[in-house]
Amino acid sequence: MTDYNFAYLDEQTKRMIRRAILKGLAVPGYQVPFASREMPMPYGWGTGGVQVSAAVMTTDDQFKVIDQGADDTTNAVSIRSFFERTAGVATTTQTAEATVIQTRHRIPERDLTEGQILVYQVPIPEPLRFLEPRESETRKMHSLEEYGLMHVKLYEDISRHGHIATSYAYPVKVEGRYVMDPSPIPKFDNPKLSDCPAIQLFGAGREQRIYALPPYTQVVSLDFEDHPFVASKADHPCGLCGAEDSYLDEVIIDDAGGRMFVCSDTDYCTARQADGFKGKDAA
Amino acid sequence: MYVAVKGGERAIENAHAWLAEERRGDVNVPELSVAQIREQMALAVNRVMAEGSLFDPDLAALAIKQARGDLIEAIFLIRAYRTTLPRFGTSEPIATDTMACDRRISATFKDVPGGQVLGPTFDYTHRLLDFKLAADGDVADAPQRETDQADVPHVTDFLNREGLIEEAPHDDTVPRDLTREPLEMPADRPLRLQALARADEGFTLSLAYSTQRGYARNHAFVGELRIGTVDVEMDIPELGFAIDIGEITITECESVNQFTGSKTEPPQFTRGYGLVFGQTERKAISMALVDRAMRWEELGEDNVGAPVQDTEFVLYHSDNIQATGFLEHIKLPHYVDFQSELELVRKLRREAGAADMQEAAE
Repeated sequence: MTDYNFAYLDEQTKRMIRRAILKGLAVPGYQVPFASREMPMPYGWGTGGVQVSAAVMTTDDQFKVIDQGADDTTNAVSIRSFFERTAGVATTTQTAEATVIQTRHRIPERDLTEGQILVYQVPIPEPLRFLEPRESETRKMHSLEEYGLMHVKLYEDISRHGHIATSYAYPVKVEGRYVMDPSPIPKFDNPKLSDCPAIQLFGAGREQRIYALPPYTQVVSLDFEDHPFVASKADHPCGLCGAEDSYLDEVIIDDAGGRMFVCSDTDYCTARQADGFKGKDAA
Repeated sequence: MYVAVKGGERAIENAHAWLAEERRGDVNVPELSVAQIREQMALAVNRVMAEGSLFDPDLAALAIKQARGDLIEAIFLIRAYRTTLPRFGTSEPIATDTMACDRRISATFKDVPGGQVLGPTFDYTHRLLDFKLAADGDVADAPQRETDQADVPHVTDFLNREGLIEEAPHDDTVPRDLTREPLEMPADRPLRLQALARADEGFTLSLAYSTQRGYARNHAFVGELRIGTVDVEMDIPELGFAIDIGEITITECESVNQFTGSKTEPPQFTRGYGLVFGQTERKAISMALVDRAMRWEELGEDNVGAPVQDTEFVLYHSDNIQATGFLEHIKLPHYVDFQSELELVRKLRREAGAADMQEAAE
């Protein structure tokens, strides 16, 4: 693949994206419009994340890609091999070793550290979109800090269901200013957004938006005093490694509908098993 | 015993190998060449060039071959290639009144200077399957005659001389570039036209049709439809003047629309405009109608809430590469989200069940 520039994008495009990233870091939680390019993979499949990764990637990086927490899901494999081909970058599945991690729908279980960059793939960057479909309106609402509609929606959930009926892409407020969509991570992951030592970058290719959280940014999940936010997960330990603190996938294992629960973060689970931890379903 | 699913990489490789085999089809049937597609599937090639925003018949034909005839997939291949190409500069505006027309019709006047030229059109063919084509594709030569090479004036210019159609004043403002800047609202007319020129043909057609059926009705006449070749000129700084760098085939449609006047504008005819690469007249006419409908605000018309009047709705949903990508992404794994929904629904059902029990007991 010598016909393409390092990490596919030309340097001018990367520069344009870096400027959007810097602006995003300067105004945490604010959605910066950027001239997203057509990538050789479909919109909706991580083109925003791929462009952000391409813009921050250097030859010294160790690159990790996860989808649903796993390194070996098909789209994670595809994006990893894209950068292996176009950037010749070293790849890893280990969270601790990685310097750039591109993710879809999860934050790794292992605490991130200073110097790491977590790149999120974002389908709909606008947290107010399902309350107001017009971009021209939602931009106004953000600039006026007019978030009443969101609170009314959450309140209506509580009055109808007794709970806030949002379990992923749970809205957060950044440094007391912008309401932000954390991408469709389960709300279990929301607390990890806050006070994180790593840089967190969010790329939405089709919607042409980039936003960011600099290290140690305060991120609060929206809630009410009498209905505080709870990060929930399936109430089981991992069947393979026995972890009780990790987010779990439910897997149907037989025709009778029998099921087991396993860590969604494959690196976390593998490392624990290597350290001798064993769940009740482990071989 | 459950073992986590592995081997995504091999699955992908195998899928690609199978896809390549299916693309080729039965090897006892001769393979299609790119030139055959370019010459004999020309209207498909034109659509790929138009919506791919790249005038290159050979590449469009290659994309169609690679995409197994899935035109949106072919458009995607062209777009992804196009975005990597360096920009040398911008051409001079093309002069469509100097077009060498293959086809030129006006529905508003019986005859016009430059004449009505039907050209290679399906319009008056009877749609009867030609079984002879299945056996042998030989065609007799079409009759020919010399044309005078004079420029063909635009029909709307004749209306303009009488002041019956709105002015379209010359404007040298450099338009925003949809492919280099994020789309932001409000979108002015040049930006709207850029988006429509690469918009999905089906979506544009349906929107145009909806205006004809009464959703923001704006009765349109095809003032003029012309298809032919124009020169593309570019200013070369080193030379200090513009030179021809090539020739492209385009379709241009100017619609003439009834207009009884509004608070701000006198009764007059108004314009809709369509310009598309290649012979693509369904798209060009649709584009003109949608363009006209989206001009309701500047012409002081009422917004009747029709989909086609909603510029934001039209522009954000007209690009088939964006649309198909997002639509198809729901094939990707979503089990983390789904798991969190499972937990929530189970919890809500538990509580709803408990409340029902409580009520029954009372």
